[in-house]
Amino acid sequence: MTLFKTLAVAAVLTSAASLPAHAGATFDAVKAKGFVQCGVNLGLYGFSAPDDKGNWAGLDVDACRAVAAAMFGDAGKVKFTPLSAQQRLPALQSGEIDMLARNTTWTLSRDTANGLNFAVTTYYDGQGFMVPRKLGVKSAKELDGATICVLPGTTSEQNLTDWFRANKMSYKPVVIEKNEELTSAFFSGRCDSFSSDTSQLAAVRANEAANPDDYLILPELISREPLTPVVRHGDDQWLDLVRWSIYAMIAAEEKGITSKNVDQMLTSPDPEVKRILGATPGNGQSLGVDEKWAYNIVKQVGNYGESFERNVGMGSKLKVERGLNALYSHGGLMYPPPFK
Amino acid sequence: MIDRQPHDHSATGVAAADVEEPSAVSLQPPGPPRLLGWARENLFGSVPNTVMTLLALALLWEVVPPFLSWALVHAQWGGDGAACRQAEGACWALVGERHRLMLFGVYPYDQHWRPLLATAILVTLLATSAVRAFWRPWLLWAWLAGFAVIALLMWGGVLGMPYVETDMWGGLPLTLALAVLGIALAFPLSIVLALGRRSELPVIRAFSVAYIELVRGIPLVSVLFMASVMFPLFLPEGVTIDKLLRALVGMVLFTAAYLAEAVRGGLQAVPRGQEEAADALGLSYWRKMRLIVLPQALRLVIPPIVNQFISCFKDTSLVTIVGLYDLLAATKAALADPEWRPFFVEGYVAAALVYWSFCFFMSRYSQWLEHQLATGQKR
Repeated sequence: MTLFKTLAVAAVLTSAASLPAHAGATFDAVKAKGFVQCGVNLGLYGFSAPDDKGNWAGLDVDACRAVAAAMFGDAGKVKFTPLSAQQRLPALQSGEIDMLARNTTWTLSRDTANGLNFAVTTYYDGQGFMVPRKLGVKSAKELDGATICVLPGTTSEQNLTDWFRANKMSYKPVVIEKNEELTSAFFSGRCDSFSSDTSQLAAVRANEAANPDDYLILPELISREPLTPVVRHGDDQWLDLVRWSIYAMIAAEEKGITSKNVDQMLTSPDPEVKRILGATPGNGQSLGVDEKWAYNIVKQVGNYGESFERNVGMGSKLKVERGLNALYSHGGLMYPPPFK
Repeated sequence: MIDRQPHDHSATGVAAADVEEPSAVSLQPPGPPRLLGWARENLFGSVPNTVMTLLALALLWEVVPPFLSWALVHAQWGGDGAACRQAEGACWALVGERHRLMLFGVYPYDQHWRPLLATAILVTLLATSAVRAFWRPWLLWAWLAGFAVIALLMWGGVLGMPYVETDMWGGLPLTLALAVLGIALAFPLSIVLALGRRSELPVIRAFSVAYIELVRGIPLVSVLFMASVMFPLFLPEGVTIDKLLRALVGMVLFTAAYLAEAVRGGLQAVPRGQEEAADALGLSYWRKMRLIVLPQALRLVIPPIVNQFISCFKDTSLVTIVGLYDLLAATKAALADPEWRPFFVEGYVAAALVYWSFCFFMSRYSQWLEHQLATGQKR
């Protein structure tokens, strides 16, 4: 792994120094070749994974499809490049892919030193704790002295150490390399608590617990993981399109526009709905795409809420609650800027 | 003839067994007593023997019945993940439900007959090549034609078959294609490298030595990593070379370096007199190598060569780090679904069976080949 890191860092440094910075290059190149090349995860259910029929599905995959729908009016004009964690940033920097939607956490160093631009967070994740209900614990603050199951060598382990130290508490880690063994260790009662990203905790609870209601995910989050699609530095027009394609999904949810009612909504009297769907033209021209761009996104991919429920929410096997990913009007963080 | 000894030994061993058996039958009545006699002599012949036998039996008793109960008796053969969680045994329903993803990766679902047919053609060609009666020039043409048909099937784009780019190839066909092409291309390259290393021309020798030592000094993952991550950084923006091709070239270059050393071992084992005799006949360098030296050298090193082939076959699972779905990566993708995630053991067992059957075929084939080609040494 150290070798990977060294190589990746070397790759990052060479490319960041030599990247051309002429505006519009990626936008024009994507338009000319006729499809979006999108980097995704090799297999993370709910975010990007092939389904039974080998079709890509997930929240990240929908972000790629939305951009294709905005650019070409066809959400199918995407080619997916599955990438490992080591490969993802160099693949974007070398121009092998046009955008990266691979459950990537937005951090300062990635945003600056790596020569990348993050678009809009599509999923706010964070590390949390799951405990058996019969333990009677209601807050992570009560976990002093607990044994905690955690994957070794990840940021999860580091976050855990930091958080317990900051709160002047202690814990006994049970580190197990394999994810599957780790979860079975927790369910067989070897640890008081299991710590990982809450999206993962929810998935494990929904699918591997004998009775999901016996387990509780504690309210505290000990890390911030805003999972965000990324593009390269150097093409602001492309960044704008990726950014507004995702905002269009969020705004559509706020305005109640869904893939089912989008055609009726075209005649809505609401001026912002008109601007979003292109009934009042202008936005498409500013972005350099067809005026129907957002209509195509909602029609073919759906609004953010639809995508969320289908991939990670109640309509999926993960059964994740909206939580931080609800609209701002429902206590979440999803807040689209005005479409003016 | 240097290795005459071991061959003679095994040959007489086989002959001795052939002779002994009829005589044993004539001395003892047929049926169970013969088995008992054998058991008494071999399993309970002495105190240590008896102890070892009892320990082995106890171990088998501990392992085999629970395994059979898990794998067969209490196994769940159909249904969904919920049904599997209720079952006590293995969840083979996973393989039933998700085998198409495991075998073909993200290849378009309604086109799966194409990789299936391509795999069948490839396996048929492999099986045909294992029969000595078919070792005729037409076999080479059959292979070339077979590759053409396979390429046509996999890519498509003609005869009403939609075009499928290599990014979407996956599973077993990808593993087999990488292994067979990798071996087929690495083998000639390795012979050239081995001859180069023994060449009397300093530049060629230095190049071969440097190449072999350099490649052997780095692990395959880093070769693949260089090919997939670093290499594109040096290309102009927008220019990309097919990912599958990059991985294949990486594997060929890597395997060739290892094979070259095995081949060189064979070359060194051929007595100097053979080359001198060829020189005396006035053969050119290439004819001397082709007719006299290489046939003897390669026959001597069949075991290490097949060893390398098998490891090349298994190394194909490393291409997952460059984002290709080989059999193992496709199996992992099939296990990404949380409904099936608890049944990872069954998924990996299924994949292991596929790997094992191909490796076992290669290993048996090499033993048979060795036997076939050793005829000149049996006297």
